[in-house]
Amino acid sequence: MKIVLENLTKKFPSRNKKSPEPVVAVNNFNFEIPDGKLIGLLGPSGCGKSTTLNLICGLQKPTEGKIYFGDDDVTQLPAENRGVGLVFQNYALYPHMTVKQNIMFPLGNLKGKDKLTKAQMEEKAYAIAKLVQIDELMDRKPAELSGGQQQRVAIARALVKMPRVLLLDEPLSNLDARLRLQTREEIKRIQKETGITTIFVTHDQEEAMSISDMIVVMKDGILQQIGKPQQVYDDPVNLFVAKFLGTPPISVFDGRISGGKLYIGDDAVLDVNGCEDEPVYVGIRPEGFILDDNGAFHCNLSGVEVMGRDISIVCSNPACHAPVIRAIVSSDSSVNVSSADVRFALKPHKVLVFSKETEKRIYFETK
Amino acid sequence: MGNQLDYDKIEKRADVRKKALNIIIYIFLGFWGILVLFPFYWMILTSIKSYGSYNTEYIPKFFTLSPTLENYAEAFTAVPLGSYFLNTLIFTVITTAVMLIVIIPAAFAFARLDFKGKNLLFTLFLSLMMIPNELVIITNYTTITNLDMRNTFTGLILPSVVSVFYIYLLKENFAQIPDELYYAAKVDGTSDFKYLVRVMIPICKPTLITITILKVIECWNSYVWPRLITDNPTHFLVSNGIQAIRESGFGRENIPAMMAAVVVISVPLIVLFLIFRKKVMEGVARGGTKG
Amino acid sequence: MDNKNYKAWLYLLPAIIFLGVFMVYPLIDVFIYSFEEGYNSASQTFFGVGTYNYSYILHDPYFLQAVKNTFILVLFTVPISTGIALLISLGLSSIKPLRNLFQTVYFLPYVTNTLAVGLVFMILFKKTPYTDGLVNLIINFFGMSSVNFIDGPYAAKMFVLCFYTVWVVMPFKILILTSALASVKQDYYNAAKVDGTSRLRTFTRITLPMISPMVFYLIITGFIGAFKAYSDAVALFGTDLNAAEMNTIVGYIYDMLYGNSGGFPSYASAAAIVLFAIVLTITCINLLVSKKHVHY
Repeated sequence: MKIVLENLTKKFPSRNKKSPEPVVAVNNFNFEIPDGKLIGLLGPSGCGKSTTLNLICGLQKPTEGKIYFGDDDVTQLPAENRGVGLVFQNYALYPHMTVKQNIMFPLGNLKGKDKLTKAQMEEKAYAIAKLVQIDELMDRKPAELSGGQQQRVAIARALVKMPRVLLLDEPLSNLDARLRLQTREEIKRIQKETGITTIFVTHDQEEAMSISDMIVVMKDGILQQIGKPQQVYDDPVNLFVAKFLGTPPISVFDGRISGGKLYIGDDAVLDVNGCEDEPVYVGIRPEGFILDDNGAFHCNLSGVEVMGRDISIVCSNPACHAPVIRAIVSSDSSVNVSSADVRFALKPHKVLVFSKETEKRIYFETK
Repeated sequence: MGNQLDYDKIEKRADVRKKALNIIIYIFLGFWGILVLFPFYWMILTSIKSYGSYNTEYIPKFFTLSPTLENYAEAFTAVPLGSYFLNTLIFTVITTAVMLIVIIPAAFAFARLDFKGKNLLFTLFLSLMMIPNELVIITNYTTITNLDMRNTFTGLILPSVVSVFYIYLLKENFAQIPDELYYAAKVDGTSDFKYLVRVMIPICKPTLITITILKVIECWNSYVWPRLITDNPTHFLVSNGIQAIRESGFGRENIPAMMAAVVVISVPLIVLFLIFRKKVMEGVARGGTKG
Repeated sequence: MDNKNYKAWLYLLPAIIFLGVFMVYPLIDVFIYSFEEGYNSASQTFFGVGTYNYSYILHDPYFLQAVKNTFILVLFTVPISTGIALLISLGLSSIKPLRNLFQTVYFLPYVTNTLAVGLVFMILFKKTPYTDGLVNLIINFFGMSSVNFIDGPYAAKMFVLCFYTVWVVMPFKILILTSALASVKQDYYNAAKVDGTSRLRTFTRITLPMISPMVFYLIITGFIGAFKAYSDAVALFGTDLNAAEMNTIVGYIYDMLYGNSGGFPSYASAAAIVLFAIVLTITCINLLVSKKHVHY
């Protein structure tokens, strides 16, 4: 099921009496989610991603704009008629019911010709439980399950009625680090097997990048960028997106463009053609640094961290916004640790330049 | 787009049902609201009708065009309502004060101090919570009578002082204060008593206020014990006073004056409630019972 | 250590004295009283020890009447008041405007003097030579003839007593149930809504099981409270409840102790212990039932 959001806006009445302006949680969203894909809604907390999710599932009504499932306009349709499955951040499993009863609960709501017999319900519940691999826990109560198991039950409950769209609100935030890795693979697998269009909300960019077919980056209720994870990572449209994606994070420097050259401090680090002269922010991905004794970019070396496959060179530069820069280079390279400074050449496609005024991306050609 | 038409229908139906349900809810809630408020309205209305006009209304009127305060004057002069009032005030204030003086140290000892037999004693205290008042009131009646304390404030107050439940409530609250505070105070050389007065009581002020309010309500409305222990109107509390008025009237069946008296004794608690609305409701939700 | 012990006991001393004199001692004493036959409160003497007091009250028609009245009161008011309170709380928790106002109004009976407001109810229901009373006016409006609620037939009197009792106990129940409903997380309702659960099913399968501990708490305290009914009856029918056939067990205890028919603390003690036994039994049954049905 393809999902289309058209001029979607949600305003909340202000709680602050001094400024009666309504709070805009979602501001004029336009995007299309293709059928059968896993989409990550990504942004810092308070950016309106949960509101967007609630609008899509129908728990909240938009102030303006339209929502389409396929060709159907569902904007005003109550949640129960939309055919969505929703997994809550804290799972919202009914504590007084067993796992089986929890999973069968949505099926019991079906009426008329869709009504199922008890046996049919059980059959469906067991099928879905097998899919999420909890078929051995069916007679337990939620309180007797681990966090990861509860998560699976919640997904099973959302999936059992074969929704057109599956929505997950921060599905991994209540799990510990090890389970998180495992569960996100699991979500990916389940999504692939069922082929249901799935949207999940997260503030963890790594999580979103690793399993999504597409990510939607939001900030302050405004859509920043939408695209395939790698594409958004490589080609961010503005400074926020560039900073938000990637671990270790991108290093940002104050710089300027002057006469076709990009300067950081006094170092002319790169040739940039076709750009006006102006002060800019320069972002360099950690993997964009090349150790080069003749490189144009000077940094003060603080230390080296060996991480097996790679080594991370920790250094600093007065123009950098952060106190440390981390450059990731292959462990084959050799660094003179005793030296006070280090010189880099830069990979042009890993250097991102943004206007200081608008923070928008400035595209340049190298040679 | 036949599908879309269906959706419109579903949307409309959901909308209509929601509105209809809302109207039913408001009607129902409003009906109960009237049922609750009507007796209050009626007592105020009757209290400002004159004796003459009340008795000529075979079909009672829902309003009056000639309100009068004469019933209030009658209520205060024909029966010693003022003195009932004063008695209740004295009884309530002293009982509540003595209760606080008794329960605060007890709760402190249970929450903070270590001594032999603490758990056993606390269990005994808790088990006393299950004892209904009706069981002990008989002996208390004989005790107070034998001590010749009928028709005295001492006799009224003493058995009404302690409530195990409030000790329990306060102890739980005291126990929530982190131990570190106590140790820090000990290191500074603060005595237990000073710690109780300067640290614990201020921190637990909300609970103490709750307990005070609940006790005031209890005292103001108490009827059974005062009835047993007083037969002289000089020591009647308002409940007994109102009952005496009901039985013997104002020399004649003067319902407007009776209602005036009812209004007068109801107002203080209602005012107290409206001022401390949140506190009262929280307090009752945490531990009040009635009946 | 000794010093510490001594200090702790000092803090506890006032409470222990009060509880000892006015709760523990009377508790023991009431059992002794109840077995002392022919106790004379003037001379403080008695003939012998035995179960005569119990047998006396169990054969006293006034006591049997009081037991019957109390049981009728309990069986009607507890389910009715809990049910209506549940409906009202559900209504309250599904609206936003006026909610605070309604809550405040509904709580008013809690802070009013039972005796005082009982008088108002008596006037509303009472039929006198001057007027039939407001309630009868409404009954007449619906084409039925007036009923003498206060001095008339037993059923009418019992109806007024039940009605007033429900009115008095409602605030506490509404308050408890409203806060119980508020503590059910919105996520559960959202989950049910997304799954297309009907209101009725959401209520019976989710809301009710989740607030069931509080409902049972209310039923248990409701039973205990209703068994101790007394001042409501006094407010409506006066202190001579035996004559009005409206006495309750607690009323019987006080009448035995004091007043025109008083002076028999032994009978009163026996009646109090019978009451205690009934309440204890019912509470135990309640707890057993609730263990089966409460989901936590």
